[in-house]
Amino acid sequence: MRGILRIGYRLLVNDRGKFIALLLGITFSVFLMIQVTSMFAGMMKKASATVTNTGAKMWVLDSSVTNVASSIPLPDYVLDAVRSIHGVKYAVPLYSGAGLVRLKDGTYQAVSILGLDDTSLFGRPVLLQGQISDIYAENGFLVVKDEEFGKLHNPGIGTEFEINDNRGVIVGIAKVPASGLFGMPTLYTTFSRAVQYIPSMRYTVSYILVEPASDAAIPGIKQEVAKLGYESLTEAEFIDKITHWYMFGTGMGINLLIMTGISFVVGLSISGQTFYTFVLENLEKFGALKAIGAKGRELVYMILFQAGITALAGYGLGVGLCALLIALAKFRVRDYASIITFNNLGMALGMVLVIASLSSYFAVRRVLRIEPFDIFRG
Amino acid sequence: MTVGVAIQAVGLSKWFGSGETRTQAVKDVSFEAAFHEMLYIVGPSGSGKTTLLSMLSGILRPSAGSVRVEGVDIWALDENRIADFRLHKVGFVFQDYHLFNKLTTVENVAIPLILRGQDWNDSLKEGQKYLEVVGLANRANLPPSKLSGGEQQRVAIARAIVSAPDILIFDEPTASLDGDTGRKILEFVRTKVLTEQRCILTVTHDDRIYEYADRILKMEDGRLIGSEKGGAHA
Ligand SMILES: Nc1ncnc2c1ncn2[C@@H]1O[C@H](COP(=O)(O)OP(=O)(O)O)[C@@H](O)[C@H]1O
Ligand SMILES: [Mg+2]
Repeated sequence: MRGILRIGYRLLVNDRGKFIALLLGITFSVFLMIQVTSMFAGMMKKASATVTNTGAKMWVLDSSVTNVASSIPLPDYVLDAVRSIHGVKYAVPLYSGAGLVRLKDGTYQAVSILGLDDTSLFGRPVLLQGQISDIYAENGFLVVKDEEFGKLHNPGIGTEFEINDNRGVIVGIAKVPASGLFGMPTLYTTFSRAVQYIPSMRYTVSYILVEPASDAAIPGIKQEVAKLGYESLTEAEFIDKITHWYMFGTGMGINLLIMTGISFVVGLSISGQTFYTFVLENLEKFGALKAIGAKGRELVYMILFQAGITALAGYGLGVGLCALLIALAKFRVRDYASIITFNNLGMALGMVLVIASLSSYFAVRRVLRIEPFDIFRG
Repeated sequence: MTVGVAIQAVGLSKWFGSGETRTQAVKDVSFEAAFHEMLYIVGPSGSGKTTLLSMLSGILRPSAGSVRVEGVDIWALDENRIADFRLHKVGFVFQDYHLFNKLTTVENVAIPLILRGQDWNDSLKEGQKYLEVVGLANRANLPPSKLSGGEQQRVAIARAIVSAPDILIFDEPTASLDGDTGRKILEFVRTKVLTEQRCILTVTHDDRIYEYADRILKMEDGRLIGSEKGGAHA
């Protein structure tokens, strides 16, 4: 059996032109699929940045909220009600909104603003410079040093600015795991200052962050929050909800689907075609092998092996190429979003295996139909 | 000199098609072939020679009759066993050779051994020996497409005999060769390939090579119509 696989390998690889065409087809297709899905994954990571950066186990929100950036304020009584739910260890408010910063040179810059619970500062970022307690100082704000930091003209501790006609001063430089989708710098301050400085509606609490007493308490909390007419989600569920919305509530999903579909079709048509042609060209020879004494089953394994090698080699090349390009792009463009996730890799692998299976299915059918007698008659 | 009966065909018949187009390509053919015999089957085109040869060699199932090779009724075996029978007992030289141009010449020769599950490198070594036998040792690493017609025929012969088969099958071995080359090949087969443990069946209608046959069976319209001694005993 190993022998006939080796014959198959030699036949495939020595057919230089076709082998290269096969590899290119798969490589290109994998490259496109991973490229487009990584882009999406990267954007989703940014879209959920506030959620990941805050690090709360559970979020209470208005069930109409589609993504973390467009919050719907909650009445204050909800906070008290949540605090009294059995199984809630503690619950704190989070303010999430946007403001306009007027820079020294008179230009304006939109920023996102997070207001942390005054007593606990739950969800605060890691500080690179400054003291966290300075956030309580007059007009104190923390600024996140991410790719958007430069848009505020690289402020330092003590830098003053105007925010929605109030004075602000930078008291700390922070870092966060993920930066946002909209290319805006991020400022942190206390909940009360945020509410005071940023014009808001009657209700001021954007989200309630909940620490459950234990994981077992989560279902109970969800039920109680639902009774209040609100929704509570774990961190992962909230990220899923956001991703789902971008996917299906905007045009992104359908575009993603179209691009992935196109990549798949490109791969299938180039590689499937070529592989089928390869098998057809060798059909008589395979028939001769059958006449000599190769069994149908052995020829099938040979074909599957050939398709498998091509698929995996092409997959590897495609993934490598994509990783290389993303690395290069990130090197040049710091907030280039793409991230290759295991899901993307798995999905592309699945697609490639589908391409390989479809191509070899038709090839195998042809090979099984060869009659050695027809070969013998010439 | 003759060791014994290699092939015994009894009442072989083959029909093709069905209904209106049903035709009988081989009609009730019986004969025996011995070891150390070079047996020709001759006759006009369409007389059923290839069909008969295929039934004798385990390639085409007869509509009626039986084939015994070394006493074994081959058509009583299942598909896999018949494939094994071909792999272990029969060597084929196809009319248009069917060599793989994407493999080297020596790899082509080694194929039957590789299919038998023999180690790759051992198979190639053995293949090389048989390339020497057919005088093509220096062509081992070229693709067959680089060789002349006569050389390709010899490669096909080397491939057919590399696994030391008891039965050797040639279909129109000289069809695509010029007269001289054809005669040289058959002379080579007669003197070097025919052994005491081997029976060679050759289909041809090239009378220039009759001199190498022990016996010549004549076919016409699917029937055996006679047999005569070949030139080897003239
Ligand atoms: N697969 C087939 N289907 C239908 N008819 C066939 C088939 N194979 C051979 N025949 C017919 O059987 C007859 C004998 O063919 P063949 O054995 O190839 O003759 P030969 O080898 O003597 O030229 C021919 O009339 C041919 O047309
Ligand atoms: Mg014929």
